[in-house]
Amino acid sequence: MAANIKAHITGTVWKIEVAVGDTIAEGTVVMILESMKMEMPVESDDAGRITEILVKEGQAVKEGEPVATIELD
Amino acid sequence: MAAFRKVLIANRGEIACRIATVLRQRGIASVAVCSEADADARHVRLADEHVLIGPPPVAQSYLNQDAILEAARATGAEAIHPGYGLLSENIGFARRVAEAGLVFIGPTPEAIEAMGDKARARETARAAGCPVVPGSDGPVEDDAEADRIAEALGYPVLVKAAGGGGGIGMAIVEQPDKLARALTSCRDRGRSSFGNAAVYLEKYIERPRHIEVQVLFDHFGHGVHLFERECSVQRRHQKVIEEAPSPFVVAHPEMREGLTRAALAAASAIGYRNAGTVEFVVGQDGRFYFIEMNTRLQVEHAVTEAITGVDLIGWQLDIAAGLPLTLQQADVTCNGAAIECRIYAEDPEKSFVPKPGRIAAFEPPTGEGVRFDTGVGPDTDVTPYYDPMIAKLVTHAGDRAEATTRAIDALERFRIDGLTTNRAFLQTILATDTFRQADYDTGWLERYVKAARKAQA
Repeated sequence: MAANIKAHITGTVWKIEVAVGDTIAEGTVVMILESMKMEMPVESDDAGRITEILVKEGQAVKEGEPVATIELD
Repeated sequence: MAAFRKVLIANRGEIACRIATVLRQRGIASVAVCSEADADARHVRLADEHVLIGPPPVAQSYLNQDAILEAARATGAEAIHPGYGLLSENIGFARRVAEAGLVFIGPTPEAIEAMGDKARARETARAAGCPVVPGSDGPVEDDAEADRIAEALGYPVLVKAAGGGGGIGMAIVEQPDKLARALTSCRDRGRSSFGNAAVYLEKYIERPRHIEVQVLFDHFGHGVHLFERECSVQRRHQKVIEEAPSPFVVAHPEMREGLTRAALAAASAIGYRNAGTVEFVVGQDGRFYFIEMNTRLQVEHAVTEAITGVDLIGWQLDIAAGLPLTLQQADVTCNGAAIECRIYAEDPEKSFVPKPGRIAAFEPPTGEGVRFDTGVGPDTDVTPYYDPMIAKLVTHAGDRAEATTRAIDALERFRIDGLTTNRAFLQTILATDTFRQADYDTGWLERYVKAARKAQA
């Protein structure tokens, strides 16, 4: 089953920490968003394999917007 | 020398609005600069003219020195007010402003430099007779030396990594038998984080308070202090509520003479001019130690303006124009008490995550003793690109209890729809017994939040 990893805040993608194909554990930092001078890590709620990265570094994202997809273990 | 005719404001938000307002009151033309995200911002509308300096990220706009200097040249501004944050303590920028034949409204680049290097600032302050936090004065050689120094300082002591800041590797050591282990762990963290295993020791100040003194100096070496402010109510090193005078100093009146004298001495020692703030950490025993000097206007300068009636930005302009500071120490008096609440676009219910959004209705509170400085208004987007502080509420009254009540009431009357803010959180803090009795220290708010979260769970 696939799931979306979503941005939990509105901000800009500062750094992407995973690549397509990476197998990650629950709680892994997928990317770091920057909002109002604060760096906020986006953690995966699930364990699985990253199948798609939906954003680029520097891109603006809205709260709730999917930023990556994951194939669940 | 005459006052300026036109001044460029190299900032945004509430402080740019405030500077534009003061310029207007004095009949000085104002130039705002703005990023693409701020084209409709309040500071742009308050200024006489504006120049678009780049895309939203600060590195490409509000920190873009070339674009700002070009905006000053193109509009014929004679001086640049940097506000706080951004380029306000940037030595290179202050130099470039002077090289362009313009006036930087602030201290000299040399003064910014002297206070920018923390180790040098500490030495300068100490040489001027300003107490500094006792410590090892540089890295400790080995465990034996650390032992000796810690014994002399008295436990608890703080072990710090010399290679970096941010509290990385820092440890509080309560008793001698724990010292060796803390040294080893701090050296390891320093080596892995900064490639530097050097560590140093400092006396640990328990339940410290943050108290700072506002000073003003002109080009002729004349300076005055404008009493102190207390900013101990903070979260993650971010100030939340500030006040003047410091309730701790009011309770220990014998402190004020020494505190203000030390601040003036530190500023004098570097030939400081313009507005500046000398920050101290204060122990529960009333001893105070120099931490640093902020060579710029501060966010919380408004509480000082409230109790003294002195227009700090007005003096910044006059001093920068080369006019003498005609204010004498005896002219500066402290009347009543003032409290500032920083209103942030953040969600206290969700670990204070920043919350950009769109403001719908917006009505600032008014009333006796209420000042509300803001960079936003109705139908404004609060974007994720900048600091989450959208406004500051300053209340002034005959005494601290009344100023607190006025703050709680004004926050209640403040209407803001569509944006999540810390308004209710501020009201809760103001109403606590700890705040009412001013029995706080710099760690209090963090402890309070943690306890409240636990109680909820």
